Amino acid sequence: MPPSAENSQPPDLDHKARQVEILISTLLRVGVIASLLVVIAGVVVTFIHHPDYVHSTKETARLTTPSRADFPRTIGEIARGLREGEGRSIVVTGLLLLIATPVLRVAVSIFAFVYERDWKFVVITIVVLAVLFCSFILGKATG
Amino acid sequence: MTPLLFTLSLFGISIAAGVLGSLLGLGGGIIVIPALTLIFHVDMRFAIGASIVSVIATSSGAAAAYVRERMTNLRVAMFLEIATTLGALTGAYLSAELAGRWLYVIFGVILAYSALQMFRKRQEKAGENVPASALADRLKLHASYYDQSSDREIAYRVTHVPLGFALMYIAGLVSGLLGIGSGSLKVPAMDLAMRLPIKVSTATSNFMIGVTAAASAGVYFARGDIDPFIAAPVAAGVLVGATLGSLLLGRLKNHIIRTVFVIVLLWISGQMLWKGLHFHAAIR
Repeated sequence: MPPSAENSQPPDLDHKARQVEILISTLLRVGVIASLLVVIAGVVVTFIHHPDYVHSTKETARLTTPSRADFPRTIGEIARGLREGEGRSIVVTGLLLLIATPVLRVAVSIFAFVYERDWKFVVITIVVLAVLFCSFILGKATG
Repeated sequence: MTPLLFTLSLFGISIAAGVLGSLLGLGGGIIVIPALTLIFHVDMRFAIGASIVSVIATSSGAAAAYVRERMTNLRVAMFLEIATTLGALTGAYLSAELAGRWLYVIFGVILAYSALQMFRKRQEKAGENVPASALADRLKLHASYYDQSSDREIAYRVTHVPLGFALMYIAGLVSGLLGIGSGSLKVPAMDLAMRLPIKVSTATSNFMIGVTAAASAGVYFARGDIDPFIAAPVAAGVLVGATLGSLLLGRLKNHIIRTVFVIVLLWISGQMLWKGLHFHAAIR
């Protein structure tokens, strides 16, 4: 909806807010679709590299047991896996992109609030972003 | 079962969970976790890890549409996300400390609550003598949204911000603990406590779910609970299912069918409780 003339807010601020809404909406949609395409590509590559996964039942048990599975979890491991064209690392990259999508949305919101000169919300948004970064550190510490 | 069959089965069951979740307005996570643990005997931690990723996918997809339709209150969402993300961190941390069977028990309780919540009469109270709130004024949380059915802009005022904030911390905690979106806790916090219009509450809740889930997903990923070969088919399946559900069928209105589903969900909740309370040795 275009901003109406009798709207109480000044039209340029309303227009700015609208631009931000469109940007955030596009970012979320592109992020989800792109990361899931990467995930699917990784699964396909994995099955191409491991033809035995189609008929052997050996590996499946591992997926449902409580042991900590041996998949790449650090940037170094993922980067090495990607260089070797390993399907597993491609899947993990896609999943990380998916997790990063809302984080990126928060980061963009900081600039949006700066653009609207809304300093209280700049601070609020930075706090949320800080909590999100803490989550990876906390996971490492308790893992 | 071969890995290929396992992947395809998870994909299939996740599509079904996504369709059902979107029909009932519950979200896919709360349905996919019992499916993974009770049918496929996936470890609860891996099920939670896979579910939280699927929650990010579906909520971000839905949020994109709601934001475009100007249904979301971005300022309320941003402010309350401080509470939900802190809650999610607490929940994700606690889930590693709790014995697995307690996760089944808590899950059973939350599932039963969410199912019964579907009977809640959602009366529109927004706008009717909303108490003044200095904090809401200072943060400029009051807003308006475009209502399609009446073709006009509807202004509303926000109140009880500290109460909403506290409830959101609990909603975030449950989300982080169980790997679900916990929209059934977020929406009442906004429409009952903070007096946002129902449509705005639903849209804003959906918008916040993605960020809340990202906070606990970070913990789960770093801890190694997000197994790529469980999370991949589940995330893709739930998203496909939720999209199909919203495109083809819309929200389920029929009271009898809803009642049947509520009974099924209560039965599943009983199964989760039973598993949590009885199989001490089998579950870590």
